[in-house]
Amino acid sequence: MRFAKLALVVSLLLALVVPFATAQGGGEGLTIGFSQIGSESAWRTAFTDAVRAEAEARGINLLFSDAQQSQENQIAAIRAWLAQGDVDAIILAPVIATGWDDVLEEAQDAGVPVVIVDRNVDSDPSLYVTRVSSDFVHEGRLAAAWLVQATSGNCNVVELYGTVGSAAAEDRHAGFAEVLGLFSGMEIIRSETGDFVRSNGKQVMESFLSSEDPANICAVFAHNDDMAIGAIEAIKEAGLVPAVDILVVSVDAIPDIFDSMDAGETNATVELSPFMGGPAFDAVVAHLNGEELPKQISVGGGLYTSRAAYDADR
Amino acid sequence: MVMQGQDKTPLLEVRGLTKTFPSTVALAGVDFTLHRGDVHVLVGENGAGKSTLIKVITGVYQKDAGSIVLDGKSINPQSPKHAQDLGISTVYQEVNLIPTLSVAENIFLGRQPMRFGMIDMKTANRRAKQLLLDFGVDIDVTRNLSAYSVAIQQIVAVVRGVDLSAKVLILDEPTSSLDRPEVEMLFSVIQSLKQRGIGIILITHFLDQVYEIGDRITVLRNGHKVGEHQLSELSRVQLITEMLGKELSHENGVGKAKSNQVFANPFLSVKGFARRGEVEPFNLDIQPGEIVGLAGLLGSGRTEVAHLIFGIEQNDGGDAYVNGQPVKLSSPRKAIQQGFGLCPEDRKVEGIFAELSVRENIILALQAKMGWFNTLSRSKQDALADEMIKALSIATSSADKPIKELSGGNQQKVILARWLISNPDLLILDEPTRGIDVGAHAEIVQIIKKLAQQGKAMLIISSELAEVVDYSDRVVIMRDRKKVGELEGEDINETTIMKAIAAH
Amino acid sequence: MSLKENSVQPDASRWGLVRRGISSGGGSRLLWTVVALLVILLVNRAISPTFFDLRLVNDRLIGSTINILDNAAPFVLLAIGMTLVIATKGIDLSVGAVMAISAATAVMLIRNYEAGATEFYYQPGFVMLIALAVGAICGLWNGLLVAFFNLQPIIATLILMVAGRGVAQLITNGQSPTFTDETLAFIGRGVVFGVPFPVFLAIGVLIVVTLLVRRTALGLFIEAVGVNDRASYYTGLQASLIKLSVYMLSGVLAALAGLIVAGEVKSADPHTAGLYSELDAILAVVIGGTSLLGGRFYLAQSALGVLIIQALLVGLYVSSLHPTTNLVVKAIVVLAVLLLQSPEFRQFATQPFRRTT
Repeated sequence: MRFAKLALVVSLLLALVVPFATAQGGGEGLTIGFSQIGSESAWRTAFTDAVRAEAEARGINLLFSDAQQSQENQIAAIRAWLAQGDVDAIILAPVIATGWDDVLEEAQDAGVPVVIVDRNVDSDPSLYVTRVSSDFVHEGRLAAAWLVQATSGNCNVVELYGTVGSAAAEDRHAGFAEVLGLFSGMEIIRSETGDFVRSNGKQVMESFLSSEDPANICAVFAHNDDMAIGAIEAIKEAGLVPAVDILVVSVDAIPDIFDSMDAGETNATVELSPFMGGPAFDAVVAHLNGEELPKQISVGGGLYTSRAAYDADR
Repeated sequence: MVMQGQDKTPLLEVRGLTKTFPSTVALAGVDFTLHRGDVHVLVGENGAGKSTLIKVITGVYQKDAGSIVLDGKSINPQSPKHAQDLGISTVYQEVNLIPTLSVAENIFLGRQPMRFGMIDMKTANRRAKQLLLDFGVDIDVTRNLSAYSVAIQQIVAVVRGVDLSAKVLILDEPTSSLDRPEVEMLFSVIQSLKQRGIGIILITHFLDQVYEIGDRITVLRNGHKVGEHQLSELSRVQLITEMLGKELSHENGVGKAKSNQVFANPFLSVKGFARRGEVEPFNLDIQPGEIVGLAGLLGSGRTEVAHLIFGIEQNDGGDAYVNGQPVKLSSPRKAIQQGFGLCPEDRKVEGIFAELSVRENIILALQAKMGWFNTLSRSKQDALADEMIKALSIATSSADKPIKELSGGNQQKVILARWLISNPDLLILDEPTRGIDVGAHAEIVQIIKKLAQQGKAMLIISSELAEVVDYSDRVVIMRDRKKVGELEGEDINETTIMKAIAAH
Repeated sequence: MSLKENSVQPDASRWGLVRRGISSGGGSRLLWTVVALLVILLVNRAISPTFFDLRLVNDRLIGSTINILDNAAPFVLLAIGMTLVIATKGIDLSVGAVMAISAATAVMLIRNYEAGATEFYYQPGFVMLIALAVGAICGLWNGLLVAFFNLQPIIATLILMVAGRGVAQLITNGQSPTFTDETLAFIGRGVVFGVPFPVFLAIGVLIVVTLLVRRTALGLFIEAVGVNDRASYYTGLQASLIKLSVYMLSGVLAALAGLIVAGEVKSADPHTAGLYSELDAILAVVIGGTSLLGGRFYLAQSALGVLIIQALLVGLYVSSLHPTTNLVVKAIVVLAVLLLQSPEFRQFATQPFRRTT
């Protein structure tokens, strides 16, 4: 009975994993404006680079604008593109959710389709074509599902929380806790914030290892790979073997985590794809061809346990 | 000069005004009378009670006793705003208007003409223009106040004050930062105010200006009124006598025996030393072992001379020589390296390090001279501090007591000690005995004489004439930022000094 | 003036040394700072019974108290620099950004070494020196703005605080580069006699700087400039040079803290390295009793202030409180510590009891 429930949940979750929205290509000769939030993290920089590379590969003329964390700059850039009348579409990575109605209406009036990427907007969905983004809750569920499977539903987990209040941290925690709640043998015994920072991840893990009996910790779930890598250092310093004595699962799929997997120190990571450019360009092309699109397209979200599996999906 | 007045009722009448602070009596039963259309000058040295009197009249302080009658009605101003509403406006040396607003906006600030509930800038501009034209000042009132000179800003402040239906206008050192043409412009404004029957109280340190614009004068000293005169009937020497509180004796007083030392080479010699706007070019030699007194009224340029020599301000003309060698006195550090030391006028702000101990205050200048790495050992510091505490009879329970806990006289001795331990060749003392009690006063005068006997050159600024006469070998007289004379040996007594200050 | 007062008691000065250590500024304040630290540690012990336990794993001590010391090390370095800057009536908001710049510089250089570059300046030892020199240059920039261009310290250092992270991102090209060199990593994660190397580094720097300022006249000069800028000019002190040197020292120590953080995780994250650490450093200085108005300063007490903050943080880690409560708890505890140190508050708090007796 219990095994049946477990199998059901796991199969259900793994069914969701199938990476979605593989890039189709197309769009040659289009001019597309891309308003990016800024360059506040390495992931953001990778995201920008991926969009640029994809545009180049497709022969799309990409107009790039770095808003330096300012909505005013984003609105000004979009208005400038609309005024010049030379863009076929706009891709917007909004810095915050509110305050986009006017400029989205202006784009609609000008007949320029807008695709939202990454963070959300709270405007009426009719004002934009679609949103291409990751699903943080799904990432949390997936990490939990893998852990349930790997431990047969019996595991005391310590959680390295991201920045308190950020959607990425809160949603990953919610998805993770939701699945764990289905299994009486699964429990989060410690949860502390490491602010998504590698050195903080190490310090928090050190504290967990000092205050808990290490034998009582079966796994660590980190809200990003950086904190996981910090935690691995702490586990090694405490004389334990990461990924064996304490399982390690996290989110992001940055290159460093695959180095760690190669060394056998990390078990699994859930991809937070920076490759949103392809699906976004596909959405533009499909929209210009008159196709109807769903208002939400999820990208990434695959769970990987080896570099080979990840590379195979690229 | 319009001599309205004497027989009419006074505009402002102050009787028996008394104001005490915890440690001092700032005003002791002062009377003051201002008539319509008069410029009444208020003079006195530091601490005489001028500013306390003004602050009581304008409601900054509350009086302890006495009466203030304005236009026949007894008043008791509670705040500067209240005083202004009663008709008493003040223009300070530092103009307190808003530099980023236009001239017109400044004049009408807080009471702009309204039209349909909106500020009517057109009317405001027109009226401001007219108000200024009435005083013969023709400027663009829509420009920011900051675009104009201090003189214009002051006139704007005057106009604002007068337009607030002022009966009494107080001008607190309005001319101290103005050049001559600007002063004339301001005085012509004052003349037209007189013709309107406004009473003006003027505080100034410039004797020439006192006689140029004033009708009456009240002299304050140590919180007491010591005289009130029609200026046309008062000689300069009489005025200075009252201000400094000395009697003129007709014989030359107790002359000084000429010092029997032979001064061959001056330690310090400055030629044509000057700084524009502060001190006009002057020559000065000081011999080793000689005490040179620097006399003059407040604002005469005494302190500025000391600052130039010590490098606090840099001279923009003239040369300085130490032992015959040309030197640049471009900073206090440079001056200290030449063997100078200075005890500043404002002990609290420029002299003491309040939170540091007596010992630290004593060794700082010497240590600064030695550099931070060549450190005085703690035992050496203690020895130096103890030696000085003993030598100057500094009253402190311990050398490690913070200096702020000492009395003013003992703080002054600590600052003296600070220089003495580095054995300077020239000591400049700016008002060394101000604000200290009688006993400490006498001790400091003794120390000064002893230091000169040890061969130090001394330059001493003091408002205490008796003291200057007592210790000086030579007295340099300053007036209106100029060196106007020197007295030597037997010629030095209080009368000759006062005459020299008054001469013109 | 009484003669009795003037006579100097022979041992007054000797006792003065002791008295000054206890009474002025430190005084009961030092005592209460230690009390606050002990209380926090005891509360931690109550929350987690194993709090004071230490065990030896692979010649390395493991335990919460070691974690506190290890986490405190970079902040102690920042607090030392910050204490001296604050003593001159200044403030240095740029230390967090300087940490990021120094870490980025070191990691980018050492990657060349790992890639096989043989030039001497890619050697780990040189890389560290270059990173420290970069910190000194950052401090020089701050010092010039404050001491020679008379900018308000808070504004002058705000410039580098904001721009510094951009500089660090330029150096790493927006990435968070990693490295493997164990020599460079030793600064952050080495272990000596079972104790993390940064702990020795912080204690060593604390001792060296204390000797530097207290055994020479530098400390007195710094205090004099902070107490009365104008009087120090009149006294012949080179206030500008003194200010310049404390900002430079603050820059160098921030760079060293940056190396520790980079070594700890073998990477440099220009976006997050040292983020907000300037605020914790300032807080530690204030808890340690150095006034933000300048003047008297207390280096060891600033280090105690760092320990209080880190003990509190580790206490939060070992507690089962949800992370959302961290900042509120931290604020409340810091407020309590500051109130505990305030004689006025202690008197206020004990008044009702005194009246009844």
